[in-house]
Amino acid sequence: MHSKTILQAKEDLRQKKYSAVELTEAVYQRIDSVEPKVQAFVHLTRDIALKQAQTADQKLATGEDAPLLGIPIALKDLICTQGTRTTCSSQILDQFVAPYDATVAGQLKSAGAVIVGKTNMDEFAMGSSTENAWHHPTMNPWNLERVPGGSSGGSAAAVSAHECLAALGSDTGGSIRQPANFCGVTGLKPTYGRVSRFGLVAFASSLDQIGPMTKTVADSALLMNVIGGKDPRDSTSADVARPDFMKALERDVSGLRMGIPKEYFTSGIDPEVERSVQEGIKTLESLGMKKVEVSLPHLQYAVATYYIIACAEASTNLSRYDGVKYGHRSQKTDNLLEMYMNTREEGFGEEVKRRIMLGTFVLSSGYYDAYYLKGQKVRTLIKQDFENAFEHCDVIVAPNAPVTAFKQKERIDDPLKMYLSDIYTISANLAGIPGISIPAGISRTDGMPVGLQLMSKHFDEESLIAVGHRFQQNTDHHLQQPSL
Amino acid sequence: MSGKIDIDKIAQLARLKLTDAESDRLGGHLEQIIDYIDQLNQLDTSSVEPTSHVLPIHNVFREDKAVKFADDEVDYLAGSPANNQGHYEVPKII
Repeated sequence: MHSKTILQAKEDLRQKKYSAVELTEAVYQRIDSVEPKVQAFVHLTRDIALKQAQTADQKLATGEDAPLLGIPIALKDLICTQGTRTTCSSQILDQFVAPYDATVAGQLKSAGAVIVGKTNMDEFAMGSSTENAWHHPTMNPWNLERVPGGSSGGSAAAVSAHECLAALGSDTGGSIRQPANFCGVTGLKPTYGRVSRFGLVAFASSLDQIGPMTKTVADSALLMNVIGGKDPRDSTSADVARPDFMKALERDVSGLRMGIPKEYFTSGIDPEVERSVQEGIKTLESLGMKKVEVSLPHLQYAVATYYIIACAEASTNLSRYDGVKYGHRSQKTDNLLEMYMNTREEGFGEEVKRRIMLGTFVLSSGYYDAYYLKGQKVRTLIKQDFENAFEHCDVIVAPNAPVTAFKQKERIDDPLKMYLSDIYTISANLAGIPGISIPAGISRTDGMPVGLQLMSKHFDEESLIAVGHRFQQNTDHHLQQPSL
Repeated sequence: MSGKIDIDKIAQLARLKLTDAESDRLGGHLEQIIDYIDQLNQLDTSSVEPTSHVLPIHNVFREDKAVKFADDEVDYLAGSPANNQGHYEVPKII
């Protein structure tokens, strides 16, 4: 039961093959069995989930329907949930209980979902391996000695290990797509502004976006129907009509133009990653898509630009953790300033401090123009690259990461090397466009999953869903399972 | 090493009380990252407009009227380390 997709489970529940309570219990049995190895969750919400499942069963019995009625879903632990902890995998928020639900959490609950727990992540979403986590790291279900990617590594691992039917993650520089890629699941980063950020603990407000992590593209389409749309409580959520994303599953993709950016296939890419991506491109050609070469010439500057902008925004966003309003407060509190400084020193992990320091530096007097303003200007160039490319193609097809999931501790002491693992995903955030990672094969060298990345124009998630779904109908990469 | 960063000053601005060991370690990392970032200087951006937001955004107005935000019984101060009679408590300032 736990290995079902959302759409399969919905049908089974409707046909009364099993109840929502039985499904939820099966998921928790799976969690009990594999979680000691995978450690995908920060905390579980078993009692609440079983009550939600009972309510779902009552509704199912009366013939009531809702898009996610009785479906066990996990949330990344930076999405606020009223009444249960939201820790951001940080010591500073370890005991924080939000007084309200994030908009997406409320939407899932209204749609009948059963919330199984909150998933692990890099602290405040800062990282690419889920090793920068206060409680414990998460392991890749395909190989426990490897990282699941990050920062939504807990959500990716939980979906991959069937500890939930689907999960939500967040993506600031690749944090949905890169772990989806590393764990062999589907991960969609919507257009900036497509999904409300209200109740999402902020990292970099001009880049953050919540999105689905699922076993199939079709499940992502269903989740997008629930979480997409304008929210009066998030003034940056876009006032753009939400289409029925499920309809995109029926679209024909023949004749669509796929742009292959040559800069993504240069030195540094693992040959097995390149092989799977090239095979994926051939599959798409066999479905009638036309291949065109495009250029994104500023790709090499994306990581540098991202770390200026993301860290600058983070340094201001994280100033709110001062020991007054939430979470941890240092016991060393001789005066107010000392209390602030000791609280932050004790409460934040090293990567968070590093990014706060970098962000403070690029915004500081004398360096603002040289770094922050420069970064914003290069961001314009990166955005223009995509605008130019999309004059020649409908979707861009590229690798997600230059390598497969790397080993635990391999990059943790080399921040720059860790940052460079996001080189292929970061530019979509800087441009605000949507991107999806779908499984595209298994490396013959290390047995780890390889993903294919598709990107499209602002608010054209439907093309990603159409192409991704058609790809999954014609391949079985997304059906491959880790042997846990 | 570009030697650009006054680590103590930045830590003070960032309200972080770093230990000496952390200062050394973070300082080294930051110098390395800034050196990497300096490659942006290869680009002439003198005629490029900065992007602060990817989509056109406008002020979003609504009527200035109180709206119900969440359950009335929610204690918004419950998450704070110290509070008293509806106020945050902090160490003595003056």
